[in-house]
Amino acid sequence: MNTWIAIGVTALGCYAVKLAGLLVPASAVERPLVRRLAALLPVALLAALTAQQTFADGHALVLDARAAGLGAAAVALVLRAPFLLVVAAAVVVTAGVRAIGG
Amino acid sequence: MAGQGEEKPDTAVVRDALGVGVAVGLSGFAFGVTSAGSGLGLLQTCALSLLVFTGASQFALVGALAAGGNPFTAAAGAFFLGVRNAFYGLRLSQLLALPRAVRPLAAQWVIDETTAVTLAQPGRRAARIGFTVTGLSLYLLWNLTTLLGALGAKAIGDTKAWGLDTAGPAVFLALLAPMLKTPTERAVAGLAVLLGLGLLPVLPAGLPVLVAALAAPAALFAEGRRNGRTRQDAPDRPEEDR
Repeated sequence: MNTWIAIGVTALGCYAVKLAGLLVPASAVERPLVRRLAALLPVALLAALTAQQTFADGHALVLDARAAGLGAAAVALVLRAPFLLVVAAAVVVTAGVRAIGG
Repeated sequence: MAGQGEEKPDTAVVRDALGVGVAVGLSGFAFGVTSAGSGLGLLQTCALSLLVFTGASQFALVGALAAGGNPFTAAAGAFFLGVRNAFYGLRLSQLLALPRAVRPLAAQWVIDETTAVTLAQPGRRAARIGFTVTGLSLYLLWNLTTLLGALGAKAIGDTKAWGLDTAGPAVFLALLAPMLKTPTERAVAGLAVLLGLGLLPVLPAGLPVLVAALAAPAALFAEGRRNGRTRQDAPDRPEEDR
């Protein structure tokens, strides 16, 4: 049930902000400070989420095969690989390190 | 169609749009697998792709739920990630000039990829074609591959043995990388990582990410103070130099 609540709230919230962008007159939100905040918010969230989903195990921080996978994704990004290849690099390297016993 | 400076043929716009739509649409498979691996049911996984349809928020939500977060903190993290779409919508509504009746339908497609393709087009006709083709191909494929991924997760068994638990963070990293253009953005990312990891052992699941989001206003505040000081030192307004 909790999962459905989370899905419902997320779906409503995400749709509402998408629609708001199309309906609200640009002048209302075009203030430089608001725009800067909107650009920086995803940076903070994505960075925190990447780090957590790479190093977190419950409430503990661990260094395991996922770190190697994300390292591979980072290398792929530096080499300007396409989106799918970046994700594939992370998955394959993580699986490889785990198979070896990392 | 003769418009202001439009030289790009429709077929070229469609090709660009399909390229993005198909490539990113296929990564719905990773979401389907991740979501199912996080313990969500087939219906829940598909509902997320159909109704939320903004990848980063979807990955964030299933990650937070898997980590044992309560539904509202999990949804809050996913929601804040989705807020950027409102700003895409502002840009797009100027470019596309959609009739009011169409906007509620078009809204669901206002995401990173459709915005990137639409902004890259010269002229309104190309922008409209780019938005529609990217939106449609991405929506159909993303939902189809989500379903296949969720079904496949059962056949695969232990998704972790296949490394599929890194698909989510790899997607985040791929979205994040092009945003790290200036020192401010890198500082925000660094501070957010420190907060997100540092608070993990002490706060309930889901909360550290929300606290880490405060890195954004903190950096703006610091930037504002720094600019305020340079303005006092050099009254000839640094903004005009850029």
